[in-house]
Amino acid sequence: MDFNDTPQEAEFRAKCRAWLEANAELKTKKTNSGKNMNLGNKSLLEAAAEWQKKKYDAGWAMIHWPKEFGGIGATPIERIIWAQEESKFNVPKGVYEIGLGMAGPVMMEYATDEQKERYLPPMAEGKEIWCQLFSEPSAGSDVAGLRSKAVQDGENWIVNGQKVWTSGAHFSDFGILVVRHDPSLEKHKGLTFFFVDMKSPGIEVKPIKQLTGGSSFNEVYFNDVVIPDSQRLGEIGDGWKVAITTLMNERLAVGDADGVDANEAFELAKKHDKDGEQLIDNNAVRESIADWYCEASGLKNTKLRTMSALSRGDTPGPEASITKIVSANKLQAIGNFGMDSSDMSGMLMDEKSDFIKFQMAWMGAAGLRIAGGTDEILKNIIAERVLGLPQEARADKGLAFKDIPSGS
Amino acid sequence: MNLDFSDDQKLLQEEAKKFLTKEDALKINRAVMDSEKTYDQDLWNKIVELGWTGIRIPEEYQGLGLSHLELCVIAEELGRQLAPVPFSSSVYLFTETLIEFGSEEQKHAILPKLVTGDVIGTLAIAETNSAPTKSNISVELKDGKLSGTKIAVPDAEVATHAVVVAKNGDSVSLCVADLNSDDVDITVQRNIDESRGYYSVSFDGANAEVVGDEESGWSNLEKIMDHAAVLFSFEQIGGAQASLDMANTYAKERYAFGRPIGSFQSMKHKLADMYVALTLAKSNSFYGAWALSSNAAELPTAAATARVSATKAFQLCSQENIQTHGGNGFTWEYDCHMFYKRSKVLSLNLGSLPSWREKLIKSLEQANIKL
Repeated sequence: MDFNDTPQEAEFRAKCRAWLEANAELKTKKTNSGKNMNLGNKSLLEAAAEWQKKKYDAGWAMIHWPKEFGGIGATPIERIIWAQEESKFNVPKGVYEIGLGMAGPVMMEYATDEQKERYLPPMAEGKEIWCQLFSEPSAGSDVAGLRSKAVQDGENWIVNGQKVWTSGAHFSDFGILVVRHDPSLEKHKGLTFFFVDMKSPGIEVKPIKQLTGGSSFNEVYFNDVVIPDSQRLGEIGDGWKVAITTLMNERLAVGDADGVDANEAFELAKKHDKDGEQLIDNNAVRESIADWYCEASGLKNTKLRTMSALSRGDTPGPEASITKIVSANKLQAIGNFGMDSSDMSGMLMDEKSDFIKFQMAWMGAAGLRIAGGTDEILKNIIAERVLGLPQEARADKGLAFKDIPSGS
Repeated sequence: MNLDFSDDQKLLQEEAKKFLTKEDALKINRAVMDSEKTYDQDLWNKIVELGWTGIRIPEEYQGLGLSHLELCVIAEELGRQLAPVPFSSSVYLFTETLIEFGSEEQKHAILPKLVTGDVIGTLAIAETNSAPTKSNISVELKDGKLSGTKIAVPDAEVATHAVVVAKNGDSVSLCVADLNSDDVDITVQRNIDESRGYYSVSFDGANAEVVGDEESGWSNLEKIMDHAAVLFSFEQIGGAQASLDMANTYAKERYAFGRPIGSFQSMKHKLADMYVALTLAKSNSFYGAWALSSNAAELPTAAATARVSATKAFQLCSQENIQTHGGNGFTWEYDCHMFYKRSKVLSLNLGSLPSWREKLIKSLEQANIKL
């Protein structure tokens, strides 16, 4: 056992590092405390586009992609090494992840050669931003229950319906989309997959105000939107199969819940005086921090096990499936703890104080426990895919979609 | 990056698994539970023959001269099948102490006999029902003679020797005593796990020889506890995995309301929680194994992290395995209780979960370690 890179990995890491050092600033303790600090007078979109273009020009944008689309054909372990190194630098995030992480792989697998040539390089370069249009008001965890309708009309499809929780729809150029082409078929069989120009007539984007007060999600309305059949990905009726490719990538992409961790709780408990007594001297606090530390350390070491398999060229085991469940719940608990530490004034928010990170963690974690698969769905996935337990008996099995009870 | 065991170590683990399965260690464990015995002599003899007691003993003392990593994979298999043998007492506690702190003379006298099984050792710490500390040890070493009583000493009946934690003037020393001496009285103590033996051991002027620096007994003991915490954590993840596997099999086979109980989400989520706890524990135990085998400065933190996670995982998995089995899980006939009881014994033997959480926080305070 060791934590060293192989000589090839070390060489690759040094290359990543050298380029990053020449082109970005290392995170400091101050800039590390929040995302996207130091944008200067640029908007996040401008800063992100600039960084993406810089990476693309130097071949770092989508390193695991083949050369013809702007990548360098990197191995999975090289992809991790790049991500590790990039994460140490203060670079803009939150604009391209969904398009590159979810639309990218689907286009790579299902688009025609001409389409790949047309769409993949601008996606990698950051010239065109992509979003994902899956969830609907009545189809969240049961996303295959979606109702947006596509009707074929010669060479085109006419789409009507509503999507929801679409991150970045308001600044996206294209979207990947699943719709129902035939409600008389069974739920999973009546779906078809497309990509769509977000500037198409009939598309209306409305931001959703989240409980944090911010708006990173949208509702997207489709009113007689025309999509050419040439933008269909996969066969008619293969929509679910194609969507699964994306969802698998989403679960990998969501991963760790960013934010305060055992360390920050520990630091806070050491600082905080209550009647001249440090919180860290309270047994209940000590026990909680010990447990969070064990969880954080367990996730870190689980990641190292996954990396060890990739480094050997093996397929990793299913161990990474625990990541989001553990980290999002831990984040919520630590956010709670942080506010409790201030007792009667724990609810007071001050933008200038470092303390706000506990309040933001507590609010954000409520969303992270849902995004990319709720705790409950992720536990079902562990039970069914890892432990091999049988599926739940379903009330919608064998029924035409239109006959499935919907409660409305 | 390699936080994993080598192919050779995995092969050794596979062989250990096959051996214990062929011997039907779980059935032997049940036979021990049903009898007055507290271990199985035949299984122990075979384990000695395989050379497992000498894994970590250097070749100059007739051992195999392998690392802690080989010991970890064996521990996981012993834990998975609940082998009722004095392996942990003799190997993780007694042998580790001798290797770490024994004089050349002591090593030459004792280590080869641990390899052949002529010496079986244990470690005697507890005296009362409060956690032992540097200042509450009352068993005393004076002029080379031990007096006083230790309790909850594992495997003391089959053991020939014990490392005893003793008050020695103003400090605490570790010393080795021959348990077959006339000045030693050993009495079995009833405990929750009928397949393990715990004893009170009274010394009435028994001869004992100091191991390691006389003044550093307590800090040396803490180091041995760190070693043992990692090794036991592998027994714990082995037992946790076995409990999860049993629950999983049963949830697929047992039908209620016209379908397998494993198809109910409440059961799925229960088993997923077990898997999550086990995965965290396993990853932390791997890290502990690295810290132990490379004698890293992080060992106190890594050992406590492995200990806390593995204790939680085994207790959760063994307890929810009973719950999954419903009424059957509460019977003597089903194996669930054997894991439940072993999980609790293993959660106490080196000190309780709260004690180890406290050790973990202390180590973080001292080391100022960052994640």
